[in-house]
Amino acid sequence: MKSPIKITAERRMEEIPKWLPLATSLGAIVISFTISGIILAFSGSNPIRVFRFFFNAAFGSWGAFSDILVKATPLIIIGVGCCLAFKMKIISIGAEGQFYMGAFFASLVVLVPLVPLDSPKILVLSLMALMGIIGGALYGLIPGLLKAYFNVNEIITTLMLNYVAVYWNNYWIFGKYSDAGFQMTPTFDKVAWLPRLADMAKEIPFFSGITLHLGVVFGLFAAVLIWAILKHSRWGYEIALTGDNPRAAKYAGINIKGNIILVMVVSGALAGLAGMSEVTGVVHRLQERISSNYGFSSVIVAWLAKLNPFAVIPVAVLFGALIVAGREIQPSGLSFLIQGTTLFLVISSDVLLRYKIRITRRKEEIV
Amino acid sequence: MNLEVILRAGLSTGTILLLATIGEIITERAGVMNLGVEGMMLIGAMAAFKVSHVTQNAWLGLAAGILAGGVLSLAHGLVSIHFQADQTVSGLSLTFLGTGLALVLGEGLSSLTVPTIPDVDFPLLSSIPVVGRILFTDFNVLVYVGYFLVPISWYFINKTRPGMHLRAVGENPSAADSLGINVYGTRYLYTFIGGCMAGLAGASISIAISPGWYSSLTTSGQGWIAIALVIFARWNPVPAALGGYLFGMLRRFMLDLQGPTVILGLRNPFFYDLNLVFFLQMMPYLVTVIALLSGSGAAKRKHKGAPSALGIPYIRGERGL
Repeated sequence: MKSPIKITAERRMEEIPKWLPLATSLGAIVISFTISGIILAFSGSNPIRVFRFFFNAAFGSWGAFSDILVKATPLIIIGVGCCLAFKMKIISIGAEGQFYMGAFFASLVVLVPLVPLDSPKILVLSLMALMGIIGGALYGLIPGLLKAYFNVNEIITTLMLNYVAVYWNNYWIFGKYSDAGFQMTPTFDKVAWLPRLADMAKEIPFFSGITLHLGVVFGLFAAVLIWAILKHSRWGYEIALTGDNPRAAKYAGINIKGNIILVMVVSGALAGLAGMSEVTGVVHRLQERISSNYGFSSVIVAWLAKLNPFAVIPVAVLFGALIVAGREIQPSGLSFLIQGTTLFLVISSDVLLRYKIRITRRKEEIV
Repeated sequence: MNLEVILRAGLSTGTILLLATIGEIITERAGVMNLGVEGMMLIGAMAAFKVSHVTQNAWLGLAAGILAGGVLSLAHGLVSIHFQADQTVSGLSLTFLGTGLALVLGEGLSSLTVPTIPDVDFPLLSSIPVVGRILFTDFNVLVYVGYFLVPISWYFINKTRPGMHLRAVGENPSAADSLGINVYGTRYLYTFIGGCMAGLAGASISIAISPGWYSSLTTSGQGWIAIALVIFARWNPVPAALGGYLFGMLRRFMLDLQGPTVILGLRNPFFYDLNLVFFLQMMPYLVTVIALLSGSGAAKRKHKGAPSALGIPYIRGERGL
């Protein structure tokens, strides 16, 4: 018995409809929540209760929503950097390590200290941002050089360097810069704190307890910058061409090695800036676990946003919600599970962009 | 610090890497690059631990761990073989997925102790003087399994007919297809087998070689080191095994380095400054980067190594899906 309908796939010849990438991304999110719910039910929890709790923990109040934006901030800054690298098919997952290195370099400004701590706030913070960018950029440069000159797989080198960065950080916070033997540095002087909305609570009472800090502006700025590079610059065109068709790029005389290094440095610099924004805007000191896996989640954020820097922003907010809610609910791996399933579904759904699924009745076919 | 102790520790913990690396070699020789080893190991470790606890039988736990890794790998198989998605990203998401699943399903397991695969003397061989004592005495059963898997997998890949099909599919799928070899089926099969081996590697941590469930710290990046070892070993099981054992020895050496007060007549810095230990902990990861560097250099010189069709989806005409 043959089934009465036949499902065939044909290669898409025409332009992809504009709404389709958005629809597949949204669909991926919805389905991954469903799958996670089923797995939760299997593991003995009540998925509806967990998800309701999830929603409340994330969007229940202005305070909670501001927490989400705070978590989304590093995701935006790192995520737009990922867009740049992934556009060239450089799969760097080293943002986690670059984030730590950026945080470390930025903290040196206060810890050494590199400038007198009675300098103007703007000077201290600018220097910290610069140091964060340098730290992240240098840490992106290493795998960039290895990839460009020795063709070493960047996925593995960046991952290994993530572990190295965490131990490097530990060495300093357990040792020289430890706060009386605790595994953290002393709290930074106020001069090294990024301004927060809560600072204005005296004038505008609504802002009291709102933790949103200036880092989010860095994120928006980075998104515009990377968008401009990708859409309107010669360099952006080279990156996209190299990603789509390396051979054509080579014959067009594009300096592929140089671009690999530059892309790694820029995406590293952004991850480093995110590290600086986190230590100056949120934790106000260097310590263990300053990152809630931001470097890894950003990879998924960039992919879910289809490598569009502006789309990174709403996706990062969604993932910020996942992180905020993930802190409060059991089981703790749930947000990881949802992220993994989502990424899987997003890349699977790309098949819908390349192929048209056609459902026909067998009868018609015979006629 | 005792050379024999380090060697034996290397053979023991190196087995974990060996199992995962050989699994990945088999998958990659068929042309499928599965970067999800870390996730498959973690799900294998969790499943083995959980089933071993529920059934109070370590062997059933082992079977569950193997199966869990294999089943998870099929998700990568579907996405990369049928949907022709980017295998790099698919493997990456498999790691996230495996980690998330393992953490959710492994919730609350960490405080338990479960039945484990026993340590045994190898019959007969253990009575050989010296060699028997070092290689065949008081090791976990899975260490001996590792010994046998090295020649078996080498023989299978290089000397048997199915092994030839496996290589053909990885080197030139359209030629293999024209000879009547089922390219998709073969790739699914070896993706599954590689996943099973990764699951076995995970199980070998949680219920055999260093028993316990420490959530994501159980594997602590060993899946990624295994992928680096594949490149270092140039897709050949024998150097992969040596690399795995060397890594195991390195780990033990780093640990032993912290013990004595004096090394080679010098004051041991790692004993007096505990924080320097963080640099020792970096070493396996740094060594991986260096191994990759040397591996890529050697591969360039000899013009061999990676299967030609590695990571490239096979599309037969317009069949597509």
